[in-house]
Amino acid sequence: MVDASTANSQENVADAFLQGGASLRNAAGPYFGSYGGRWMPESLIAALDEVEDTFEKAKADPEFLAQLKDLNKNYSGRPSLLTEAKRFSQHAGGARIFLKREDLNHTGSHKINNVLGQALLAKRMGKTRVIAETGAGQHGVASATAAALLGLECVVYMGAEDCRRQALNVARMQLLGATVVPVTNGSQTLKDAINDALRDWVSNVDTTHYLLGTAAGAHPFPAMVRFFHEVIGEEARAQILEQTGKLPDAVCACIGGGSNAIGIFHSFLDDASVKIYGFEAGGDGVETGRHAAAITLGRPGVLHGARSYLMQDEDGQTIESHSISAGLDYPSVGPEHSYLADIGRVTYEPITDTEAMDAFRLLCRTEGIIPAIESSHALAGAIKVGKLLTEGKENPADTVIIVNLSGRGDKDVETAAAWFDMLDEDGNVKGTTLSTRKPKGPSERSNLEISIEEASEDQN
Amino acid sequence: MTEQMTSKSAAAIDRAKAQGRAALIGYLPAGYPDVQSSIDAGIAMARNGADLIEIGIPYSDPVMDGAVIQAATTEAIANGFRVASVFDVVAGITAATDAAVLVMTYWNPVMRMGVDEFSRRLAEAGGAGLITPDLIPDEAAEWFAASDKYGLDRVFLVAPSSTPERLAMTVEASRGFVYAVSIMGVTGTRQSVSSSAEKLVADTHAAGAERVCVGLGVSNADHVREIAAYADGVIVGTALVAAIRDGGVDAVAQLTKNLSAGLGRATAQA
Repeated sequence: MVDASTANSQENVADAFLQGGASLRNAAGPYFGSYGGRWMPESLIAALDEVEDTFEKAKADPEFLAQLKDLNKNYSGRPSLLTEAKRFSQHAGGARIFLKREDLNHTGSHKINNVLGQALLAKRMGKTRVIAETGAGQHGVASATAAALLGLECVVYMGAEDCRRQALNVARMQLLGATVVPVTNGSQTLKDAINDALRDWVSNVDTTHYLLGTAAGAHPFPAMVRFFHEVIGEEARAQILEQTGKLPDAVCACIGGGSNAIGIFHSFLDDASVKIYGFEAGGDGVETGRHAAAITLGRPGVLHGARSYLMQDEDGQTIESHSISAGLDYPSVGPEHSYLADIGRVTYEPITDTEAMDAFRLLCRTEGIIPAIESSHALAGAIKVGKLLTEGKENPADTVIIVNLSGRGDKDVETAAAWFDMLDEDGNVKGTTLSTRKPKGPSERSNLEISIEEASEDQN
Repeated sequence: MTEQMTSKSAAAIDRAKAQGRAALIGYLPAGYPDVQSSIDAGIAMARNGADLIEIGIPYSDPVMDGAVIQAATTEAIANGFRVASVFDVVAGITAATDAAVLVMTYWNPVMRMGVDEFSRRLAEAGGAGLITPDLIPDEAAEWFAASDKYGLDRVFLVAPSSTPERLAMTVEASRGFVYAVSIMGVTGTRQSVSSSAEKLVADTHAAGAERVCVGLGVSNADHVREIAAYADGVIVGTALVAAIRDGGVDAVAQLTKNLSAGLGRATAQA
């Protein structure tokens, strides 16, 4: 809960670790407490070992680090800005809110940090092909981008329903030279896209690297994906010190798998005075059962290679998650987050679709920034945290909060227009003849479906 | 390999070996199309030449399975399959036949029930042990304890990609037999058996395994014959699932009979 007692206990937990000479920052995996590990078929263990070995060597190789730094600066546009949201702050109890602008990166989200790192590793391993899963398409677009940049073949698995909803992102990936495979198995969502990517990987592991998009999955993915996103927190820490002369009182991020969150949290985990909040997708409300709040309501289990909090039924079958934000629509979470939740260093709380969309609109209108709906969960949470931390304070502007604005909302315009009742029955923006999407007709369908490779080349 | 006199899988494979042939292991998912059919089909396999029966637990995220098994297990779950029914299937088959009955399951359903509780109920139903496609010995501490406590076989998988160190470690951890994955891929029928299978079986034997059975992509009597020449057992899955899908229990019986004909001409293992 975002309340005073959890805020205080966060401080105590961090203090206790630091006084014991321990650090929470650099957990190397494979285990984070009792979470993480490798719950994977033996067929893939050699490939995971190869990735781990290549990653460990690269991390210690100045040439690799220089190459990554160069791409981050001259290709992605890092460092991303830290922007004070002065008008938005008025809605958060008067706390000063700063936005870490991952939305300004090339391709429009934090995802590029990880794909550039992993695509470089793929080259070092001599792989010629990368595969990726995607929900809304952000990680797929980022993967297709990195693959184009480095001359790798790219195949992206995407739920068939998501392909239809995010046709523009499918087209973006195709323009970048990637093949998009609609996944028609199971619930046809992100988790099934990961299943199909794993099936592809096990069948093509000699030539192929699986470019997993979040800080979840089997070791070394959680620690490796975190490493490539640590730049977010490192920059934010230096920027806030420069702009305010002190560390923030709180850091907020949204949690799906949790890669943007672990990236920014990392730099602050050992600062006992900094409270850290992760906001999960509460969907229609956790009491409805239609949500993606794995930490809040899940229980430990194994999915996609890691032991972590998991939305599952009494039989251990994965429960389908629900969120207005496709990027948070995942029934588990990265194992490091499960650990940080259990020890009480980070507070996790669900944000409903309604709360997130209210924050989405508020940021649009107070700051002139259209945020991703994913990031809007962090914004909504920051409003709660701001009110809590400024309560009874004479000078609320002494309270400083950083929100990781993990992505921009261009991709979400159609969803937002529908949510805010801006569309008429034909899908046109009300009062105009402008459509947010192409007319839905047989010709559109067949074009899309013809251009996409069929999902299941029958391996049977 | 950890051996105990009580290994039901080892005993079943050894009975086949004593007849100068490899063992036939047939797979079907529990609850497809319903629980009673799985029992009937398991019995039909045992009466038509299968020495071991492998009963799969339908799971929401079966990453090692191809389209045919995915479709069947998805349908079983949609039809209301509950994990605890697998014990009814095991008990139903063991009550009617001498076949060793193993359960093949992804790990999360076992973890959810509790590894000890699952193991206790499996042993009580007369089950021989577990085949665990996404559990490697590195993560199996709880399963080691429970399988020892209830005398269950631990069938881990080895793959063409397994290093010599991992082969040795997996062989050491296994009881009953070692499951050699014939190719790098997922379940499903294939035109031919990969040449990597024979080398993997030889390497696994060399690493100390007494019994090595080959699965993945084995779908007809010719495949069975080819593998039976070098392995201790041959595992058939997708072809049997397609049979029950298209022709019910009778088709399973017929296919099992055809497959077991492949064993007959096998060169006897020393």
